Amino acid sequence: MHRPDAPLGVAVHNRPMLALATGVLLAGMLLPFVAHAPNRLVSGVALQLWQVPDVWSCVALIPALPLMIGAFLRQTGMVLWGLLAAAIVLPVGLTHVAAVSAEALSLSAESKSARTSLGSGFWVMILATALMIPDLTARMGLSPKVRLFVSCVAIAPLAAMVLLGHLDAMSIMKEYTNKAALFHAALIRHFVIVLGALVPTLLLGVPLGIIAFRRPAFGGPVLAGLNIIQTVPSIALFGLLMAPLSALAARVPLLQSIGISGIGLAPAIIALTLYAMLPIVRNTYQGLGEVPPQVVEAARGVGMTPTQVFWHVELPLALPVFLAGLRVTVVQAIGLAAVAALIGAGGLGSIMFQGLFANALDLVLLGALPIIGIAVAADAIFNFALISLQRTKT
Amino acid sequence: MMDTMAIALGIRDALRRFIIGLVLYLAILLALPYSTPIFSALFPQLERPLYQQQTFAKLVAAHVMLVLVASFVAMVVGIGAGMFVTRPRGREFRKIFETLSAMGQTFPPVAVLAICVPVIGFGFWPAFVALALYGVLPIGENTVSGLEAVSPAAKEAADGIGMTPIQVLRRIELPLAAPVILAGIRTSVTINIGTAAIASTVGSVSLGLPIIVGLNGNNTAYIVQGAVLVAGLAIVVDLGFEALLSRLSRWKA
Repeated sequence: MHRPDAPLGVAVHNRPMLALATGVLLAGMLLPFVAHAPNRLVSGVALQLWQVPDVWSCVALIPALPLMIGAFLRQTGMVLWGLLAAAIVLPVGLTHVAAVSAEALSLSAESKSARTSLGSGFWVMILATALMIPDLTARMGLSPKVRLFVSCVAIAPLAAMVLLGHLDAMSIMKEYTNKAALFHAALIRHFVIVLGALVPTLLLGVPLGIIAFRRPAFGGPVLAGLNIIQTVPSIALFGLLMAPLSALAARVPLLQSIGISGIGLAPAIIALTLYAMLPIVRNTYQGLGEVPPQVVEAARGVGMTPTQVFWHVELPLALPVFLAGLRVTVVQAIGLAAVAALIGAGGLGSIMFQGLFANALDLVLLGALPIIGIAVAADAIFNFALISLQRTKT
Repeated sequence: MMDTMAIALGIRDALRRFIIGLVLYLAILLALPYSTPIFSALFPQLERPLYQQQTFAKLVAAHVMLVLVASFVAMVVGIGAGMFVTRPRGREFRKIFETLSAMGQTFPPVAVLAICVPVIGFGFWPAFVALALYGVLPIGENTVSGLEAVSPAAKEAADGIGMTPIQVLRRIELPLAAPVILAGIRTSVTINIGTAAIASTVGSVSLGLPIIVGLNGNNTAYIVQGAVLVAGLAIVVDLGFEALLSRLSRWKA
């Protein structure tokens, strides 16, 4: 119930903010902030924010107080900017405390293999602040581009801390230092798998989408077939491709000599291409379908050839829908490439699964967190492209 | 007249496809334990061409159970959250809900599954939590768009004849939004069937197990057996949703 004029004179003007700030404070006080294991054999001990060796640790929680108080204030421009500033500072402080505590803990530990990892409290607080920022920028009525810029400003200091080595005492960064060469190779391999699937998808999918649009009798069955493929879980499709491919490679030495076999890159790229086809074909088809027929006729009327109509009228108008399809394809492919590690394709998924099979949890995170980061970044880039397109259109 | 007939035929078709698919799947499941001759002919180099650590029926049951329980939780939470943010008292939370849903769906399911292990440990629970968490997002999103698409005129009319807001929700809004919500459940379940298969890598029992064992032991026959059962399950369940959706749209018409 929203009551701006409650009898006590205290009114909540921003209930989501109140809920999230309360969540931050509760997570900060009750949930483990970091976990520390003095060596590899002992299981970790969970430490709360007030238990970590950094004396000033609780200062990091201070921005949560103005966030909480701000929920009771009238949401004027000034208040909103203040809240935004506090929401940007909060995760920076928390990350700094985590880094400093990890350093102190690893110095005091008797073994070099002491590990300090981030606890659930840290992650909950980061998630809660990550949810505050879009809500605040939407309340401020900022344009989509400025909103995206604000998100970048919020992420920049955290990324800088990771890149500049401030977090090097955390166990995941130690794992990274140990496996830097392997990690970089896996990272590049991940991009190779995704791009390797994207190129054939675009070369095949776009023409297929155009043909499907021009000849609906052909388009229906193609889309239905691609829909069925999309339904098949990735791990099953990888498995089903393995047997015929290895049989094929065994029979045809030429294929084997160019590196095609049942495991590795070939089945991964084929499977990813098959998955990626549906969003590309469908959205090319839908994008062309959304071009108003009057526009096409007008273009023909002024004497454009069919080729000109396609390049100068249909393609630009279909572009936003097509890009939305490409966005789905790319984000999906980044995740599927991780599963492809199971069939020996390499990539960041191989680090993740290696960690899962060896019960090395930092290794799991070293694989999984960058996969999520790349997917989110790719999504943001497409978001930016779509926003820019919309602006040039109006 | 023609329309009604076409719709009636459509239902029949979708339902028939589902029943045929289901019968075929069960037939494969029953025949698979006796298929050693086929697989030893296909893979003569393998000593044990048939996966026998667990029965296939048991794996299918475990897989379906995992997806069912997680999807049920996802449905309760997703539909509940979707209803909350479309009510007057929850409208303020809509933006946060949308951010969470958009952000969450860019996270690859397999990465969510992996991240659950350091937090929860190995076994059934990380798989359950990952499936439930990931499954909430499409259901919640579709609940919101389904409820938003209900025409204000219908709500006003219901209000006019003296229905309480809860009655309007239950008798007007939810039935009209049902096809869109069901489409969200379908997306969620389809993704979860796939993630449940990968969950064998975090130590939970599912149809992914023969695939993982086959990959580790270089036994292509195990991989094929697991893959056929996973793919078949996903397709049959999807056909089931197709049949359900065509039934719902008949009611609407």
